[in-house]
Amino acid sequence: MEKRLFTVTANTLAARDTYRMRLEAVEPGFVFSGEFVDIAIDGFYLRRPISVCDCGPGWIELYYKVVGEGTKVLSVAKPGSTLELLTGLGHGFDPSATGRAALLAAGGLGAAPLYLLARELKAQGKKVSVVLGFNKADEIVLLDEFRALCDEVEVATMDGSVGVKGFVTDAIAKMDPEYDYFYTCGPMVMMKAVCGVLKGGGEASLEERMGCGAGFCYGCSCKTLVGTRRICKDGPVFKKEDIIW
Amino acid sequence: MVKDLSVNLCGVRFANPVVPASGTFGFGVELADTFDLNLLGGISLKGTTAEARFGNPTPRIAECPGGMINSVGLQNPGIDVLVGEKVPALRKVYGGVVIANISGFSLDEYVKCCAAADACEGVDIVEVNVSCPNVHNGGMAFGTCAASAAEVTAAVKSVCRKPVFVKLSPNVTDIVEIARACEDAGADGLTLVNTFLGMRIDIKKRQPVIANKMGGFSGRAVFPIALRMVYQVAHACRIPVMGCGGVASARDVIEMMMAGAAAVQVGAENLRNPMACPEIVAELPAVMEELGIEKITDIVGIV
Repeated sequence: MEKRLFTVTANTLAARDTYRMRLEAVEPGFVFSGEFVDIAIDGFYLRRPISVCDCGPGWIELYYKVVGEGTKVLSVAKPGSTLELLTGLGHGFDPSATGRAALLAAGGLGAAPLYLLARELKAQGKKVSVVLGFNKADEIVLLDEFRALCDEVEVATMDGSVGVKGFVTDAIAKMDPEYDYFYTCGPMVMMKAVCGVLKGGGEASLEERMGCGAGFCYGCSCKTLVGTRRICKDGPVFKKEDIIW
Repeated sequence: MVKDLSVNLCGVRFANPVVPASGTFGFGVELADTFDLNLLGGISLKGTTAEARFGNPTPRIAECPGGMINSVGLQNPGIDVLVGEKVPALRKVYGGVVIANISGFSLDEYVKCCAAADACEGVDIVEVNVSCPNVHNGGMAFGTCAASAAEVTAAVKSVCRKPVFVKLSPNVTDIVEIARACEDAGADGLTLVNTFLGMRIDIKKRQPVIANKMGGFSGRAVFPIALRMVYQVAHACRIPVMGCGGVASARDVIEMMMAGAAAVQVGAENLRNPMACPEIVAELPAVMEELGIEKITDIVGIV
């Protein structure tokens, strides 16, 4: 974990209530997929944990949804302004668990951390199939980016405005992808369904209200089949077989 | 600009008065990779009970103006793991004062756990959290009544050779009465204050934010109330007080000590800034210089 000042270089509306933020620092450290940053927001006591969608030398990119007062303030941060972040938080996805082909199943903004994972998997020469689920067309993010990067991409919307009408699991059934390992991130109910229908090993990224975000306040603990775990430190990514739904 | 930051409480020397408060710093080792723990005067470890506990259901954290509510509910691995694994692991990287924080739901549990903490080589001070409900007395917290707080203090003192600090709850009518009862029962020192019972409601969901409905409120907003209680208790008792509640800067540390605190605990601030304690320690000499303070002990209780 490190505490650093970043400069906001972009903060734009990407979909309904959803913003894409690019942050730059001299040495932002190396970020692995599934890890998150914890952002201090002026006027709010606790930081806001947000998973990293993409990164490169000197920059990181995040997607976040305005869900309350804190993220509302974040959404008006101007390019050139600075934000204090804790970086290097969380235990992320394990791309090496995939043998030859991976399936990525995202619900809503769960697409963000899976994008960095897709880049890691493609860099390892693996086949990547992606299913993205959203409520409506105006919530879709990262679709073009996944299409440019991955081998096959399917979209599900609840209202049927784009892609398959229904759940992520409906789109997976239609795609019938070839995979030997899967990864999922999204609402708990969606990940439970995905882990229920998919065969073989996989990982899911969990979410909880956090205090410190770094494993020492024990505010976000959860019970798993291998004991009590801290979502912020031991997770947020857990193996499918260890999760108690 | 060399300043004397050291303090001495009950014969235990602290290199400086800054101590992360119990529950806001895990068992210390969680932050060993983040900064050199030896910058800290002491560390109060996470509250420990006889048996391992998961704690309360989640969500157990809620944002508030100027602070936060926690309802972790004493998640801990149990006293045997504390003395057998956690303290020895911390001792490998930390040479300062180690404070074991003990909770119990019955007198027997307090006695058993405090005796084990007292016997643990790496522990310097036993801090007794009396804010827990007494399961043998309708669940009323030990620390909300002078007689039961004194009863716990006397029982624990009978099995401890190391200094015993009783950590007081602010959720009482008269904290001075309870502080005096603990002093009379043999407490070597007092830590105050624990968190303030609070609550938030998610007005969209029409339900409490915290799964357990209520929790302990702490953070910068409680500083003036905590300071007032430290002032009252420090002036009413002869035993040393560790001041705790809303401390977020070197100036807050100075203020707490002027109110009568012999050492100062930093709590919720660690959760928003894991570097809070080393930053405060680093900032202290300059603030002392500005205020004309040579020895930090010179200001204890001067107001």
